[in-house]
Amino acid sequence: MKLGGLLRLGFVAIIAALVSSNADAADTNVAVAANFTDAAKEIAAAFKQKTGHQAVLSFGSSGQLYTQITQDAPFQIMLSADQARPKKLVADGLAVADSRFTYAIGKLVLWSKTKDLVKGEATLKAGAFSKLAIANPTAAPYGAAAVAALKALKVYETLQPKIVQGNNIAQTFQFVDTGNAELGFIALSQIAGEPSGSRWLVPQTLYPPIRQDAVLLKKGAGNAAAAAFLAFLKGPEARAIIEKYGYGVDTSRS
Amino acid sequence: MQGLPPDIWQPVRLTVELAAITTLILLLLGTPIAWWLARSKVWWKEAVATLVAMPLVLPPTVLGFYLLVVLGPNGPGGAIAGLWGARTLAFTFEGLVIGSVVYSMPFVVQPIRNAFAAIGDRPLEVAATLRASPARAFWTVAVPLARPGFLTGAVLGFAHTVGEFGVVLMIGGNIPGSTKVLSVAIYDYVETSQWREANILAAGMVVFAFAVILSMTLIEKRVARGGA
Repeated sequence: MKLGGLLRLGFVAIIAALVSSNADAADTNVAVAANFTDAAKEIAAAFKQKTGHQAVLSFGSSGQLYTQITQDAPFQIMLSADQARPKKLVADGLAVADSRFTYAIGKLVLWSKTKDLVKGEATLKAGAFSKLAIANPTAAPYGAAAVAALKALKVYETLQPKIVQGNNIAQTFQFVDTGNAELGFIALSQIAGEPSGSRWLVPQTLYPPIRQDAVLLKKGAGNAAAAAFLAFLKGPEARAIIEKYGYGVDTSRS
Repeated sequence: MQGLPPDIWQPVRLTVELAAITTLILLLLGTPIAWWLARSKVWWKEAVATLVAMPLVLPPTVLGFYLLVVLGPNGPGGAIAGLWGARTLAFTFEGLVIGSVVYSMPFVVQPIRNAFAAIGDRPLEVAATLRASPARAFWTVAVPLARPGFLTGAVLGFAHTVGEFGVVLMIGGNIPGSTKVLSVAIYDYVETSQWREANILAAGMVVFAFAVILSMTLIEKRVARGGA
């Protein structure tokens, strides 16, 4: 009896806490492509400070997030690592058509923890390493870009036996970071502000531009916090953060 | 079945290979451990039993994380890989075997230990009075009596290795023909919206799991009847 009463009291307290924290600000659930993890966290913090709204972030590969959204995942915004999936979501009737815009232009980098290991395309042509990490090219746009660059350099066939695939770009980074793969293609944003190791910024002529699009999902239509987040993402504060992480921004924004 | 990718069966073959090798190693490794756990009277043996059983409780991510460190270039796995000029045991079939052995160990050791314990002291004492050496008593008395335990352990070890996912995802690197096992292939197909392929493999797994559990139950029933 006594225990039951205590439990009930506890529930009331929890519910009261939840309700009061939601009274003045709203939450919005954002699906974020893994390469944008660090930048998104910083943007969400700035967003919260400015508006009081909370952006709840979920990370994964663009392909994984897309699949989840088609299966009714409770996301209100998607920050993809490509344009194809946001476009497809619009075509599927799962996203708001005119809400799509490019929030960042990704840059591909070949990175190693070891000093002087990466010296440009010559490193790939020499092939003096045992494992090269890339993200899963069918699910992660940075993986597709890595394959495109390898093909443009005509080393894809020879290096293929050495390729290991991360499930998304974050896992790819971790493969290289733990030293299990000597080098790997990752997003520049992942090593922004980290001077260690050796790197080669892959020339943008070697792979199709990684235009990363954001889109408002149907579940977020009419949600004030979701609209505010997208507006904030277009604004100068967010843009400064995005550029700080090594992304390009679309200056010809329509 | 038009348009099926030709490599859809490769993960199946690889998974069967991995599970078979893992089960074999676990029977060789697990039997002495199970025997010791069943017969020893030292006070710290339950601590060893607990270590063996821990993968039952730990999330696969914990195992995957530590395996990645241990197998990697800065761990003992990297040193072993150095023997044949490689840098790491991660992303290799051998690495997966090591991971699977740790991960499926309790499923093999536990049933065998129980079977050994159920024999009790009597049959072995009788064997000893008939002047059988301990080794002979083990092979001609204990092992045959514990056969149901071996069978259960082998089936569970095999099945559990087939059902492994988190550890493989973390230490595998998704390499076709070497670390891309069934569960990872299904995940891959789902992630990339190839649902027909995912369906074929997943439905196969459902049938497999059903068959394994049903046959386990039938074996146990038969053993129980035979023992009565």
